Amino acid sequence: MEKVLDVENVSISFMQYTKGLNQRDLQVISDLTLDISEGEILAVLGSSGSGKSLLAHAIFGILPENANQMGKIKYKGKELSQADKEELRGKDIVLVPQSVNFLDPLMKISDQAIGHTETDEEKKEKKLKQREIFQQYNLGPEVDEMYPYQLSGGMARRVLVSTALLSEPKLVVADEPTPGLDEKTVQETLNHFKQMKKDGIGVLLITHDIHAALEVADRIGIFYSGYVIEIAENKDFSGDGENLLHPYTKALYKALPKNGFELIKGHQPLHGEIQQGCPYYDRCEMKFDRCKDERPELIDLGNKKVRCFKYEEEA
Amino acid sequence: MELKATDVSFKYPSAKEYLLKDVNIELDNNKIMGLIGDSGSGKSTLCKILSSYITNYEGSVSFDGNPLPKKGFKPIQLIYQHPEKVMNPKWRMSQVLKESWDVTDEDLEEFGIQKSWLNRFPQELSGGELQRFSVLRSLNPNTKFLIADEMTTMLDAITQVQILDSVLKVVKKRKMGFLLVSHDMDLVDTICDDKIYFKDINGV
Repeated sequence: MEKVLDVENVSISFMQYTKGLNQRDLQVISDLTLDISEGEILAVLGSSGSGKSLLAHAIFGILPENANQMGKIKYKGKELSQADKEELRGKDIVLVPQSVNFLDPLMKISDQAIGHTETDEEKKEKKLKQREIFQQYNLGPEVDEMYPYQLSGGMARRVLVSTALLSEPKLVVADEPTPGLDEKTVQETLNHFKQMKKDGIGVLLITHDIHAALEVADRIGIFYSGYVIEIAENKDFSGDGENLLHPYTKALYKALPKNGFELIKGHQPLHGEIQQGCPYYDRCEMKFDRCKDERPELIDLGNKKVRCFKYEEEA
Repeated sequence: MELKATDVSFKYPSAKEYLLKDVNIELDNNKIMGLIGDSGSGKSTLCKILSSYITNYEGSVSFDGNPLPKKGFKPIQLIYQHPEKVMNPKWRMSQVLKESWDVTDEDLEEFGIQKSWLNRFPQELSGGELQRFSVLRSLNPNTKFLIADEMTTMLDAITQVQILDSVLKVVKKRKMGFLLVSHDMDLVDTICDDKIYFKDINGV
């Protein structure tokens, strides 16, 4: 399977004014590494406010001006420049946004799904295509004439998904597609991603919802304090979590209500308060001396990756 | 203590149909109750009625046999899913807390709140950190009943355990009532003594 997306050591920081003319550089994403192949779903799992949406913004080249991004983002092996991103976005790489708020409230659904067209012919052609895809997603002709406020939660989700698929993309980035929906609609949304996978599309699912991630993703990247600390396979999230590698991932798994609801202390260090060494140092039960000052790299263990010195020798 | 809704019906002024119809629910402080239902079904509206944020409903709500107080501190406190929406964005967190009551250092520690966070503005904290403040703020000594409406839905599993553990300790210590509204059946089964399905009590 060909790789569609490679994100290598991406870091994102923001220049902020603190007081007067004093500036500081606030690091929000420190080291994000992941890859997605055709027909694969990779979930990035992180708590809300941890900055994981910035990954999506970085891929589409829509970070704000005061952001500073390092590292490489590659599409099909080719590193993307800002111009490349602008060329590819909306065509090969598309976004399924979080909510219906991303639609224009004053524009009919069909018109905004089609987007800008130069000629009448082009418009007709796109309109046909749009109708066809909308029909696949169970959206009748009456939806074309509706405005966003008239859509129910489930319909809105189907509109966002089918609009994204209009350009026959190779990579779909979905930013928090499930919160605020009832179980049936969540299930329906997740089924859409499964269908994309079958069609050979690579899907990057950015979410805080571990249930959703486990339901559809082949691999799951765990995002902690600006780092990807582990990329685990879906099947590792089973039993006692004994196949999970990083202590945080294990704790996260065991904290789920059905896996024991186990309590551990501490909080995720926030942007700007992360110490020198391992970001998990304060909470770790199996830390070594070196973890305090030395920061582990993401170790590649074949299908899995983990950022922990404990697994260094296995690599 | 008993929180009781009798034949409560409600429709939003712009809606044609009733959202809640003849809802009867009885809650007390002996049992941790869970309320389960689909999104959009009116759970949150019922929560707002029970905590007297919505007052123009039909039917009655009583607390220990008396109607809910119309002004002053509300003994039934409601915690929402999104803490960032219930805080003044121009206040520092210390002021946000003080708005309700003077918390002690032990309280801060129990809820895992770092002293350094008190000096920050809401937008400088993550959802999990803000929710800790939101919950602690609601635990004013005059609070008798706590309604947690999808309180931990946006949080990761570890933070969810931490916050619920802290809250339930206080709830048990002060013999408060607690209603957990959630769509997560596993969670309700884990922490609640009993559960109510919303569709069973709503007569629409």
